[in-house]
Amino acid sequence: MPLDASFVGRTYPPTAPYQVGREKIREFATAIGATDPAHHDPEAAQALGHPDVVAPPTFPVIVTMAASRQIIEDPALGVDYSRLVHGDQRFAYTRPVFAGDELVCTNTIEDVSTRGGHGFLTTRTDVSTVGGEPVVAVWARYVIRGEA
Amino acid sequence: MELPAQTFRVTRADLVRYAGASGDFNPIHWSDRVATSVGLPGVIAHGMFTMALVGRAVTEWAGSPDAVVEYGVRFTRPVVVPDDDQGTEIEVTARVREVTEDGLTRLEVTATCLGEKVLSQARATIRSAR
Repeated sequence: MPLDASFVGRTYPPTAPYQVGREKIREFATAIGATDPAHHDPEAAQALGHPDVVAPPTFPVIVTMAASRQIIEDPALGVDYSRLVHGDQRFAYTRPVFAGDELVCTNTIEDVSTRGGHGFLTTRTDVSTVGGEPVVAVWARYVIRGEA
Repeated sequence: MELPAQTFRVTRADLVRYAGASGDFNPIHWSDRVATSVGLPGVIAHGMFTMALVGRAVTEWAGSPDAVVEYGVRFTRPVVVPDDDQGTEIEVTARVREVTEDGLTRLEVTATCLGEKVLSQARATIRSAR
């Protein structure tokens, strides 16, 4: 079933705040082998002018992937999750994520299309603090494979 | 200008650790049974794990963990990770496309596994080291 193009431009209500923990940043950095002290040691991060340990560049996906379920599981849009493939991913940072951030995601559907029997869905997630400070904008493009 | 190549070894244990840290428990990243049932040759790495390793390479080149201003990739080919101690290897290279007047460096990044590109349109913008 083709995705409904009338969803383009739709913005969803902001998600519940995600509390960025110091140990979560350390765990994520360790999992990707990122050993820079600024990911692990608050003093090293403070020496760079940051309030607490700095998250690696792709860390925000933890927050945005959970938030994007708002779109992917929207029954009105009707994405078949079993046919979903992650196509593209992009981050544009206002600043890095730090331990102690409380992050809120606002999801927007930027594009919906169907080509060659496959569906394409582009989402934009604006990640900001609970105080409204923008942190990072995150785009994901998904391919929903056709039944061919 | 070409930047020095960096290589990253990826084993099944790394995928399990990344699944736990990221919260992405899709079984195609840890179960051969599920991966082959959807037509994959076997367990594949999370695209976002590959992107994270390439992000490490970018921050290494930048010389600072907080220097990345923009970073995007397209996932074009799965990274198959065999169930042995060696796993597989991702090689990352980059060339400088542009250095802007306001101190930004734009990189064109190439990531390969077994000689095949696994990403396309992989680009990062970094701030110059302070």
